[in-house]
Amino acid sequence: MTTSNSLVYLIALPLLGATILLLAGRRADKWGHILGTLMSGSSFAVGLYQLSQMLGRSNTARPVEQKLFEWISVGSFKVDAGLLLDQLSICFVLLITGVGTLIHIYSISYMSHDHDRRRFFAYLNLFIAAMLLLVLGNSYLNLYVGWEGVGLASYLLIGFWNQKPAYATASKKAFVMNRVGDMGLSFAIMIAFATVGTVSFAGIKEHAHHTSTAALTAMGIMLLVAATGKSAQFPLQAWLGDAMAGPTPVSALIHAATMVTAGVYLITRSNFIFDAAPTAQLLVVIVGAITLLFGALIGTAKDDIKKALAASTMSQIGYMILGAGLGPVGYAFAIMHLLTHGFFKAGMFLGAGSVMHGMNDEVNMRKYGALRKFMPITFVTFGLGYLAILGVPPFAGFYSKDMIIETAFNAGGIKGILLGSVTLLGAGITAFYMTRVMILTFTGKARWDEEAHPHESPLLMWLPMAILAIGSVSSGYLLSRGDALVNWLSPLFEHHGEHEELLAPIVVSALALGMVAIGVAIAFLKYSRQEVASVAPENVSVFTKIAREDLMQDRFNEAVFMRPGQQLTQVLVKTDEAVIDGAVRGVGKLAMGSSSLLRGVQSGFVRSYAALIFVGAALLIAAIWVVVQ
Amino acid sequence: MDAANYLYLSVLLFTIGAVGVVVRRNAIVVFMCVELMLNAANLAFVTFSRINGDLNGQVVAFFTMVVAACEVVVGLAIIVTIYRSRRSASVDDASLLKR
Amino acid sequence: MNSLILLMLLPIIGSIAVAVTPKTKEVLTKQVALGTTVVVALATIAMAVNFQRDNVELQFVEKYSWIPTFGINFAVGIDGLALVLILMSTILAPIVVLAGWNEAHGGRWSVKTFYILILVLETMMIGVFVATDVFLFYVIFEAMLIPVYFLIGGYGSGERSAAAVKFLIYSLFGGLLMLASIIALYVMSGAQGGHTFDLQALSQLQMSSTTQNFLFLGFFIAFAIKAPLWPLHTWLPDAAASATPGTSVLLLGVLDKVGTFGMIRYCLTLFPEASKTFTPLIMVLAVISIVYGAILAIGQKDLKRLIAFTSISHFGFITMGIFAMTSQGHSGATLYMFNHGFSTAALFIVGGWMIARRGSSTIADFGGLQRVTPVMAWSFFLAGMSSLALPGLSSFVSEFLVLVGTFTRYPVHAVIATFGIVLAALYILIPVQKALHGPTTPGNEGLSDLNLREKIAIAPVIAIIIALGFYPSPLLNVINPASAHVIAQMGFTDPAPTNGDK
Repeated sequence: MTTSNSLVYLIALPLLGATILLLAGRRADKWGHILGTLMSGSSFAVGLYQLSQMLGRSNTARPVEQKLFEWISVGSFKVDAGLLLDQLSICFVLLITGVGTLIHIYSISYMSHDHDRRRFFAYLNLFIAAMLLLVLGNSYLNLYVGWEGVGLASYLLIGFWNQKPAYATASKKAFVMNRVGDMGLSFAIMIAFATVGTVSFAGIKEHAHHTSTAALTAMGIMLLVAATGKSAQFPLQAWLGDAMAGPTPVSALIHAATMVTAGVYLITRSNFIFDAAPTAQLLVVIVGAITLLFGALIGTAKDDIKKALAASTMSQIGYMILGAGLGPVGYAFAIMHLLTHGFFKAGMFLGAGSVMHGMNDEVNMRKYGALRKFMPITFVTFGLGYLAILGVPPFAGFYSKDMIIETAFNAGGIKGILLGSVTLLGAGITAFYMTRVMILTFTGKARWDEEAHPHESPLLMWLPMAILAIGSVSSGYLLSRGDALVNWLSPLFEHHGEHEELLAPIVVSALALGMVAIGVAIAFLKYSRQEVASVAPENVSVFTKIAREDLMQDRFNEAVFMRPGQQLTQVLVKTDEAVIDGAVRGVGKLAMGSSSLLRGVQSGFVRSYAALIFVGAALLIAAIWVVVQ
Repeated sequence: MDAANYLYLSVLLFTIGAVGVVVRRNAIVVFMCVELMLNAANLAFVTFSRINGDLNGQVVAFFTMVVAACEVVVGLAIIVTIYRSRRSASVDDASLLKR
Repeated sequence: MNSLILLMLLPIIGSIAVAVTPKTKEVLTKQVALGTTVVVALATIAMAVNFQRDNVELQFVEKYSWIPTFGINFAVGIDGLALVLILMSTILAPIVVLAGWNEAHGGRWSVKTFYILILVLETMMIGVFVATDVFLFYVIFEAMLIPVYFLIGGYGSGERSAAAVKFLIYSLFGGLLMLASIIALYVMSGAQGGHTFDLQALSQLQMSSTTQNFLFLGFFIAFAIKAPLWPLHTWLPDAAASATPGTSVLLLGVLDKVGTFGMIRYCLTLFPEASKTFTPLIMVLAVISIVYGAILAIGQKDLKRLIAFTSISHFGFITMGIFAMTSQGHSGATLYMFNHGFSTAALFIVGGWMIARRGSSTIADFGGLQRVTPVMAWSFFLAGMSSLALPGLSSFVSEFLVLVGTFTRYPVHAVIATFGIVLAALYILIPVQKALHGPTTPGNEGLSDLNLREKIAIAPVIAIIIALGFYPSPLLNVINPASAHVIAQMGFTDPAPTNGDK
């Protein structure tokens, strides 16, 4: 395999930026944001350079490696700090550094009033470095470092305004739920080492075909657990909505475009495991299907624009996970949707940030309305993203989402029909809630608070939005033209025989567009024809109430895990003091008690001593007498 | 006369002395009871000497008498001292050792 | 300098120097103490450089007759395991002195006494790891209690006397059981080639399995009390809560390691068969410690007690790694001992500063410190991240090695223990949220951030935590041969990859 000495700069540059900004402290306040952006930008430049190098080689010779040093080596457990850049990771590298740099630029303006902007850029750089390590590590253990690194960065950024207790709690919740997923990754690595004897991607791939299905299935399921945690998939989805506590650029970068898609990366990267473990693969599909509906349903009831977009993210990642679970035919489509989603969702989040920026940080869409006139650029860029997520041709989502729907239908048998229907239904609901967001925000009557003075955002903010909007329009076409992405990725995946086609592509597209049209129409009828209340109505159906409560996810977690856990903790604390320490203190008390009992004999009265002497002598004589007899 | 009778008398005197030590409070009386016990023991020694036909028991009896004489000297001195300091000859009033 | 005995003498010389400093010049006293500990640390590092890492035999061996009547020698020597622990102890000592610059004030006795105790304790900390004569080991093992007893009882806070007595009696109890076992070994050695206390010779003794089991228990209970293993842990939270932060660092960071060190050096070497017999029980106790310590840490309201309970969880990991009998588990456990020393030191030191500034160790009394004292808050956060074994920090490497090593032989234990990492996130993030985040609690606005001395004290700890997370090889290269040697002596080999039994 080709080696390269420059891969490490991808990670080292943003890491250096984060270190300098954190160590320099207030001294760096003046130039911190510029340094952060430069570091991210130069990392992007290195990525482009790598891409150009890669394009110059033949399709099978494209991956490059760089071994940095021996990280851990004990007995047969050997892990190098090594980086691997192949056709899959370059997609991520460019997405992370590209979108990342745009969001850095956006944040310069968005965070300009914040006292701690330098610290924000430090965290952003830390995130970029960790995310790059995640996608560049050449073994599961290296990936793990990046995996928890992005978790840490996400924790720090969600809790960026942690002086508000609710925000601090949200960041903690995200970290803990992610840790549950990380535990799955730990298990997968342990199983890999115990069964295969290595934890590197190449090593496991080599051994996969002579490893038992049971072991691979166990590994696959554990990787899936990891993916559900990081990608906010069912049943570890509950943290994503709360994670919107972070500043909006964070939501765009971490909780829409990059970090939450790490689960898709993990499953795609582990294709050699999942291809050999059908049960695990089936579970992946089921998780994806459940989440895509789950997220979509939550999205229909949210009034908070960021939470509606978060629910949408959850749902869209459900599509990707489902696609990745469909095996070799689905991986490339999952990645394609991931890339297009990275553009349009990041763009929409930045749009939401732009709206909030102009509306005194108001997030309730019921207090928006008629913003089209006041924020034309935001409206247009957001609108292009909207068309992309709906899958209207020729926008990006049309290419990527339709491919997943089509692949789902072609999965074969009842499974195919079920999955296809779920993805179609999801497309319809997506159209409904996204149209709702558009209508509530940009059209209709103004329902603003009195002090709101909506205005268009400055250049530094709308420029990234515009660039992302261009991506939302064109990326789908560019990536699918001549199956560009599929061919690009194909050397990485093992191919099997083509599936029979249940429905022709044109039929699928027609069905999908039909569903989208229905969704849009319902939303129009409900929100454009009627007045929208600026306070959320209370007399709504029980389904709406449940959806507003995030389908009871938090109540479930609280009732099943949190409260019993707290009770267990309290009980154990008391038991430790009363029983275990009680036993220890009991031994001490026993010694004290028995000595105070015996002390009573030492009365100080001569006569009682004499009596004792007599009694003792008598007993002694009696004893001797008995023995002699 | 059977020598065993002397032993019975000795046991009787010893018991009277022992009971006196335990039940009486007056230090002088207790002291006299102790003397009684010593002499009961002496009687037993002398009797055994007679029964066994050697002089060992009688020798021990002399030792006992010497010890008893010393004891009387020291013991009475203590009692008198306690009486001077505490205005009482009761042994129970001298229970300071327990503290 | 390559003499372990000279190394042991250095702090004693320093303590004499401290003793002759004039009572009125407290700063001079502190400077002498700090200088001594720095010299000792540098001397240890110099020794480590000269250590031949591939040699599994004891190195720097020295032996002087001590009590010839009973065949007792003042015999010392180190292998990779001991070297790592001595390094940890002597590097921690100057940090503790510098970090707790004002700890000795307000104690029952003078500042001088405090530093004399610390320096005497340092001598013993070195001695306990280098002793190769079982009797010498025992004497130091017990003698270490004395300075710690006075440090807790004389300079601590709260119910310091009660905590000191509890600590002393608990430890003495274990020590006496060990003494009984040592005497039995000595008597048996007389019947088999001459009375001796030499560790090497004693490990060759022939004995019945029943005898071995009883003698093993004598040693093991002593060590299980030291490295608190559930259910023998209750002295630790009390002692840690009452001791000064510096004392706590030495207590949890170094003294408790004597327990896990003893398990490897004495239990496994002297009683290989009995160790195998009791392994199932010990593994269960270790797993209980991990989960139990973590859950109790979550439930604590006092910062110091919380840190103490996290250590109980960590010691469970170390014990599990030792008895998993795989090279990964074993090396991981040894590395864990080193890393735990620094991450707990960081927690206690920074926690101690927070408590000293706030005047309370109740977590609820803090709040919003990140805005008021950013450097201190960051230090505490990093220490916490190290405690929850965040990848990229040193504890992760060791914790993961223990888990992987255990998994290959005891998958169920490893799986349960892994749940500990979720609990770890809770027991660190809950105090982080309560103390550092949220609105600034009234009364905390005026707290001062770390001064230069404190920054200098904490910087090396954090540097070590980060550096060893990315590049643990220097230590692993020293540890691996020693671990492999123990595993081989026990007759174990690492389980081969199963390929899922296909």
